[in-house]
Amino acid sequence: MSIRVESFGLLTTIQDLGRRGFQHLGVGPGGAMDEASHRMANLLVGNPDPAPSLEMTLTGPNLQFETESMIALCGADLSPTIADQPVPLWRPVMVGAGSLLKFGRPAQGARCYLAVAGGFQVPKVMGSASTHLSAGFGGFQGRSLKVGDRLETGPCSTDRYPTLRKRFHQSQRPFLGSDWFAPWFRELEFIQPAHIRLIPGPQWPLLTGESRHSLLGTAFKVAPNSDRMGIRMQGPSLSLEQPLEMVSSGVARGTLQLPPDGSLILLMADRQTTGGYPRLGEVASVDLPKAAQLRPGETLRFSLISIEEAQELLLRREARLRDLEEILADQQTR
Amino acid sequence: MPTESSTFAQGPTLGVEALGDRALLVVLGKGIDPAVNDQVHRLAALLRDRRLPGVHDLVPAYATVTVHYDPAAWSGGKVPPHEALRREIIRLWKTARTAVVPPPRQVEIPVCYGGAFGPDLAEVASLCALSEKEVIARHAAASYRVYMIGFSPGFAYLGGLDATIAAPRRATPRLKVPAGSVGIAGMQTGIYPLATPGGWQIIGRTPKHLFLPTQENPCLLNPGDRLRFVPIDAEAFQASTMEGP
Repeated sequence: MSIRVESFGLLTTIQDLGRRGFQHLGVGPGGAMDEASHRMANLLVGNPDPAPSLEMTLTGPNLQFETESMIALCGADLSPTIADQPVPLWRPVMVGAGSLLKFGRPAQGARCYLAVAGGFQVPKVMGSASTHLSAGFGGFQGRSLKVGDRLETGPCSTDRYPTLRKRFHQSQRPFLGSDWFAPWFRELEFIQPAHIRLIPGPQWPLLTGESRHSLLGTAFKVAPNSDRMGIRMQGPSLSLEQPLEMVSSGVARGTLQLPPDGSLILLMADRQTTGGYPRLGEVASVDLPKAAQLRPGETLRFSLISIEEAQELLLRREARLRDLEEILADQQTR
Repeated sequence: MPTESSTFAQGPTLGVEALGDRALLVVLGKGIDPAVNDQVHRLAALLRDRRLPGVHDLVPAYATVTVHYDPAAWSGGKVPPHEALRREIIRLWKTARTAVVPPPRQVEIPVCYGGAFGPDLAEVASLCALSEKEVIARHAAASYRVYMIGFSPGFAYLGGLDATIAAPRRATPRLKVPAGSVGIAGMQTGIYPLATPGGWQIIGRTPKHLFLPTQENPCLLNPGDRLRFVPIDAEAFQASTMEGP
């Protein structure tokens, strides 16, 4: 049960929902940049949603399936094909033994998640399979994938979608996806500029009036040096009424920092655990997948949201994911 | 009777701010102050001990504790999740005055100063108008407080450097500083847990591993620890390296 890496793409790493309980030791949680797409891919193939998936960035790898597998691709559309036929996203897909899954032009979004029924078999480090790139541990040997790597996949615990499997075997095609799909991509929107809601923090009122106006009235561009640590933004330079000297304290995924140079940084999965720059607020968790799908050069604009509404939206998203999990679990009995 | 109870009674009022929809920032004071930092570690120990539902990370820093939580664990009540958890933290802090806080751990870090392990020792000595021997003596005489851990896995923010051996950063940072290097930058001193680029003046190196991701306790240092540097010679350094972690 394995998948061989034939070409590695731009940045392909094993990720899960991140490392918990080690931030006091300076170990950031990491994990999938777009948690929603990662979880959806796992649920579609019958894995629990914290199972590891493959996060592929802009240019995907070429992957040879050595055995028959059930996969799901969610998130960015990086033009996946098998035998020159497009492989559909957001649904379970049966892939035959020996198939070569290729990725082409990034058509929409920045990060695509590949889940395999049975999950990727990598040792957990500090309770998580996420790749910690800067310290070089976790995931697949603590690094992004290279040509020749062999990813072991686990045995499938349930025979999910027996009808799809049967139809696939009768079809003699190299792969077959389900007729239905999970319309989750509507949440990601993929529109420009992306609409990102910010919960204003204690230092929000310290911005100059002009800067507050610019922050809410301008579209910011994603800078080329953005990465898994943070999305750096190009736009009007922002400033505080008075310079603020801060000592380091904890930060979160979604913290919007304003360094002295006036350019915003939105902290993402591989953020540090603490930071010393002024923070204007935090992006609502439900909007972080949208931010994770932005490519360099793409744009976003901010509006404000209350903490209460942001938590309400997050709880509703969780409930929808749990509903979907139940609906999918019912599928195996059909 | 618990001896720490009086300190709790005098504890500061907590400021609790939402750090987005999945974390709270509890503020206990300002700046870099040992008394404030004591309270930080007390609160972190208290919250760790109580195992609040949905709380998965507690991050003590100089003057704050960040509480990362899952809002679903605090939903369904009369108030929104962030407010429910905020009230519980304040209630615990007010009622936990008799909680006994364990004394800080004392950790000794062996350091081989100077030579190939501390290429900037001579520079620091000359900047401070002291002999190399005197820089080593002063660096090893102090007891340091681990205010917090951050920046990178296992990187301790230490307080307590003798002001007479404070030295500015190197004009040009090194592209690679070996793991275990002990450096000085202004009034800060610290140990690089991983080989990284760095601009600190490197005065020595420890053979100890500060961060081993696959160990059950991955970090040698914990927030709130007290630390001393113990000078060793090159022979002891080699012997210690042979022993492994």
